[in-house]
Amino acid sequence: MGLNRKDLLGLQDLSAEEIELILDTAVPMKDILGREIKKVPTLRGKVVATLFYEPSTRTRTSFELAAKYMGADTMSLAVSTSSVQKGESFRDTAETIEVMGVDTIILRHSASGSAQYLANIVKASVINGGDGTHEHPTQALLDMFTIREKRGGFKGLKVVILGDILHSRVARSNIWGLAKMGAEVCVVGPPTLMPPDIEKMGVKVFYQVEEALKDADVINVLRLQLERQQKGLFPTVREYHQLYGLTPERLKLASRDVLILHPGPMNRGVEIDPEVADGPQASIVDQVANGVAVRMALLYLLMEGGAFSAVVS
Amino acid sequence: MDLKTKTKAEIMDEDRMRRTLIRIAHELIERNRGIKDLVLVGIRRRGVPLAERIARGIQEIEGESVPIGVLDITLYRDDLTTIGPQPMVHQTKLPVDITDKTVVLVDDVLYTGRTVRAALDALMDLGRPRKILLAVLIDRGHRELPIRADFVGRNVPTSKREVIYVKVKEIDGEDEVVIEEKSPYYKTPFR
Repeated sequence: MGLNRKDLLGLQDLSAEEIELILDTAVPMKDILGREIKKVPTLRGKVVATLFYEPSTRTRTSFELAAKYMGADTMSLAVSTSSVQKGESFRDTAETIEVMGVDTIILRHSASGSAQYLANIVKASVINGGDGTHEHPTQALLDMFTIREKRGGFKGLKVVILGDILHSRVARSNIWGLAKMGAEVCVVGPPTLMPPDIEKMGVKVFYQVEEALKDADVINVLRLQLERQQKGLFPTVREYHQLYGLTPERLKLASRDVLILHPGPMNRGVEIDPEVADGPQASIVDQVANGVAVRMALLYLLMEGGAFSAVVS
Repeated sequence: MDLKTKTKAEIMDEDRMRRTLIRIAHELIERNRGIKDLVLVGIRRRGVPLAERIARGIQEIEGESVPIGVLDITLYRDDLTTIGPQPMVHQTKLPVDITDKTVVLVDDVLYTGRTVRAALDALMDLGRPRKILLAVLIDRGHRELPIRADFVGRNVPTSKREVIYVKVKEIDGEDEVVIEEKSPYYKTPFR
């Protein structure tokens, strides 16, 4: 038992059993969140650092709270006010915080592969908090935890990922994870925002929302990443909403008890209508709470007592 | 044959275990002067079926049921980095708020006392019981902490080379307590 690895860089290289172990461990962790004393001493004396080169609200706060609830100390490096502004390299920054005694580094960076690079140079555990358009494994794990909690499992579920697949690390991590767990994964979005050869990841590709949503059990609505849209890949935000926005009418095509997820932050009225986002089928608020539980589980599995730490110590 | 350990003796069979647990149920009721505010909490794993059986005994004697909780102490252990494979974390489930209750912790074997220390810390984080008592099926000595049991099924003097296995039907398919000699090279697996 235990995750026999130093880092969590993506779901591509996790086995179904490892994903299952993380989700199972998150169940008792979620109980801790409901308690009056939300703290266990498990990671006492350990230090978790968040190193974020891109803005984030929930991933960063969620990791910090998860670490604190597990008893660890946290250090958050705000890149915009750090020596990075003086031109310090990524490698030097990482090595500097490591020698201060950090056990785990949570990294967010705009370059795909940056988490792998960091994992190769530091002895500390590295958890990928989103690297470029590559992977965002903890987001996918919390999406999967929410699906499993509401639906009991993944086998035979039709999961539709809707939106800008091209730029979405959330989509990629979800596809890897869900496919391993036996779900039927469909992706839908404008052709200009669909990566070539995405079928090779084992998904069905649609360009018409109406077609894709038919009998969907889960709809994961991606954020339209306006900060990554400098190339004129779609005409206007309004047109995007008309063709691909999740509206109450389109929702009727899905299965009656469909589950709606959104990784946040939402552009209300763009990729998702407010009535849908606040409707009874949406589990967007549950996702946030589950994110803390899943990250507590991961910190435990990577940091405490696993076979890996026995080998290095 | 298991080359790593050899069974030296069976120290409790099914009948004896049943009588012992009934006796503990009687002692518990006597000590608590009834079952008011009593909560039994089994320490995972084998403390749980033992707590259930003591509760059944109490039900038979008093005609009333007592709440039973399940305590997982994994996150409170002090040996996570030294034991072999990392133990799986399970849910802790208490059916009632333990604040102002008399909590009886139930476990299979009392040895170093470290499990009980972890259980006490876990309980304190969940509420403020009026009193915590400890019931164990076997007390084998060798305490490393100032902890003692209030109800003991049987005291079994052991050497540190020996391992005591409590087997219960719910988990192991049979009720039995055996004492085994382990080879000095053998590391006891987490069960």
